[in-house]
Amino acid sequence: MSDFTTPSFLNRADAALADPILKIAVERTAGTAEAKRAIAIDAFPDFEAARTRAAAIKDHVIAHLGPYLEQFEASAIAAGAQVHWAQTADEACQIVMNICKAAGAKSVARSKSMLGEEIGLPHALEEAGIGRVETDLAEHIIQLADERPSHIIWPAMHKTREQVSALFKAKHRTPHEEETIAAMAQSARRELRAKMLGADVGISGANFLIADTGAVCTVTNEGNAELSLVPPRVHIVTAGIEKIVPSMPHAIPMLRMLARSATGAALTQYTTFYTGPRRSGDRDGPEEMHIVLVDNGRTKMREEGLADMLRCIRCGACMNHCVVFRQIGGHAYGGTYPGPMGAVLTPALDGLASNRDLAHACTLNGKCQEVCPVKIPLPTLLKGWREKSWREGLEPTSMRAGLGLWAWVATRPALYRLGTGLAIRAIRLLGRKGWIASLPLAGGWTRYRDLPKPAAQSFMTQYQREQRK
Amino acid sequence: MTRNVALFVTCLVDIMRPRIGFAAIRALEAAGCEVVVPQGQTCCGQPALNSGDRDHAVALAKQTIAALEPYEAIVVPSGSCAGTIRCHYPELFEQDATWLPRAQAVAAKTFEVMAYLDEVCGWKPDGVRLPATATYHDSCSGLRELGIKAQPRRLLNAIDGLSMSPLSGAETCCGFGGTFCVKYPAISNAIVGEKAAAIDATGANLLLAGDLGCLMNMAGKLHRDGSKVRAFHAIELIAGMGDGPAIGEEA
Repeated sequence: MSDFTTPSFLNRADAALADPILKIAVERTAGTAEAKRAIAIDAFPDFEAARTRAAAIKDHVIAHLGPYLEQFEASAIAAGAQVHWAQTADEACQIVMNICKAAGAKSVARSKSMLGEEIGLPHALEEAGIGRVETDLAEHIIQLADERPSHIIWPAMHKTREQVSALFKAKHRTPHEEETIAAMAQSARRELRAKMLGADVGISGANFLIADTGAVCTVTNEGNAELSLVPPRVHIVTAGIEKIVPSMPHAIPMLRMLARSATGAALTQYTTFYTGPRRSGDRDGPEEMHIVLVDNGRTKMREEGLADMLRCIRCGACMNHCVVFRQIGGHAYGGTYPGPMGAVLTPALDGLASNRDLAHACTLNGKCQEVCPVKIPLPTLLKGWREKSWREGLEPTSMRAGLGLWAWVATRPALYRLGTGLAIRAIRLLGRKGWIASLPLAGGWTRYRDLPKPAAQSFMTQYQREQRK
Repeated sequence: MTRNVALFVTCLVDIMRPRIGFAAIRALEAAGCEVVVPQGQTCCGQPALNSGDRDHAVALAKQTIAALEPYEAIVVPSGSCAGTIRCHYPELFEQDATWLPRAQAVAAKTFEVMAYLDEVCGWKPDGVRLPATATYHDSCSGLRELGIKAQPRRLLNAIDGLSMSPLSGAETCCGFGGTFCVKYPAISNAIVGEKAAAIDATGANLLLAGDLGCLMNMAGKLHRDGSKVRAFHAIELIAGMGDGPAIGEEA
């Protein structure tokens, strides 16, 4: 089945597997997150009930998205914000660029947002000639390295602190001298602070949109969202339409799930709700607040069997606990979102034909579903993509022919007994001392492991002989 | 009361390691069951189901349902095949008014063998002795689809002389994943490499699990790496057949 994988995925995965530093970096971060999450969940009274409730809140909103979005729009406008609607990624970028132009923006302070990555905002800003300063330290690292995020909550998780130190020394004007995390953070601070404070426009994402108040909620550990919304004159929020929750009492239980599932912390360092621009008497805040509500395929996902996926709150637990992600990291997935949730989302966002590997590069072990705070049946959704790929003829001929032959024989029990008997005899010829070290057509197996020799006779043959005795 | 049970052998056990099937029969009979092996069975269709090949999965599911539905209970020496019948057959026939009730009826009376012995029969091995140290890997489908965790350990604890050494990351996938391991061999190898190292680190001389696919993956890697750890399906030990050849050893 050498033609099973697409070269692009295979090359990326092979490159990742060949990179020992990547493995160290991924294990340091995801391994720590896994351990801390386990402690946090153990200490949580009835986490299972909380998951059920969180999933129910999201399901309710997704089923009634239209009315809640209209309510959010009305509340946000009443609070003085301007609300924009974007069907596609391009439309969303265009809206943001128009706001930036109207504000005469030369530079923007951007706070890490996966929706921003999804719609290609960094690229759009560059094309428009608008300077971009990243307020999230890891996004700053990614910008310096000219890369894309490899994880949805730790964009630079693929880099070790040693690699980051070298990068800062190469790119910062007055880099750190001492090899400590604190000194490296100071180096970034010296580089970024003035630029952040001088930005004309701030752009952030949203973790939750509160329908009845029009508030936008962000969670960060560095205060980076606040840096994109307080100093600049104009603040733009770009958010996927599935981020809605009905009210604050619904946002709070979701927040409890989000932080614990992501990092194992009870809460993030900063959890901020902001409603509208600066009012008279406010000490700070932007003069204008714009909220861009982005569909970019979400309505279609809801209609085409992926409604469960819209519950996702982007915590990253699925990828932190994924055996495949832990081996190949995020870049190998090739899309905006990596790991199990990315493997479900990327075919919807970027097309199935070029991303069918993502649905298959999964052992269906179910761990992602087990840790998902909103109970997304990720393995079932991945199997849904496999089925669609099969139906649309995207699966390789060798796979179709192999499975077809197997099924044809297996639905004819008498022939099946004959066939398996012959196969056993043939395969046994290749074995030595109980093991087969190289097997044609199963090179994927024997390249890395030995195959135990099958028994001389099948169970059915032996059983029937015994019955006749 | 005699329980009449049908053994669904599974294609992998049928072809690769029949003694797992015979061990299941021996343990079930010791637990007071009358065991039959329905002849119409082949494969449950899991490879087709997990590859997106719905039509073939449906055809094999129908054949399996028809072969198994006459019996009081169906017992399977594999968590993933039992999980396919119990959890996924009813999903396959969600839109089929004729087959859905048949699929549901078979699903409801299908059990993984160790869960059946422990929970339904309330049985445990009696007079089985095997002086050895074993470690146990929880295969994913059995663990997460059927909740198989305590049952095999309860049965194994009743074996005289057997001591259990816990496996670090026992609930972490071994990287088998059915066709995954041949579609993405390098990724699968990286995963099973870590698993093999964890198994070796337990100091156990036996590796046990409840699914032959996972066992072949782990045993094949251990053997390639030169490890001395020997692998068995847990039911082989439970049935008192732990003194025979391990996976990859000639009888």
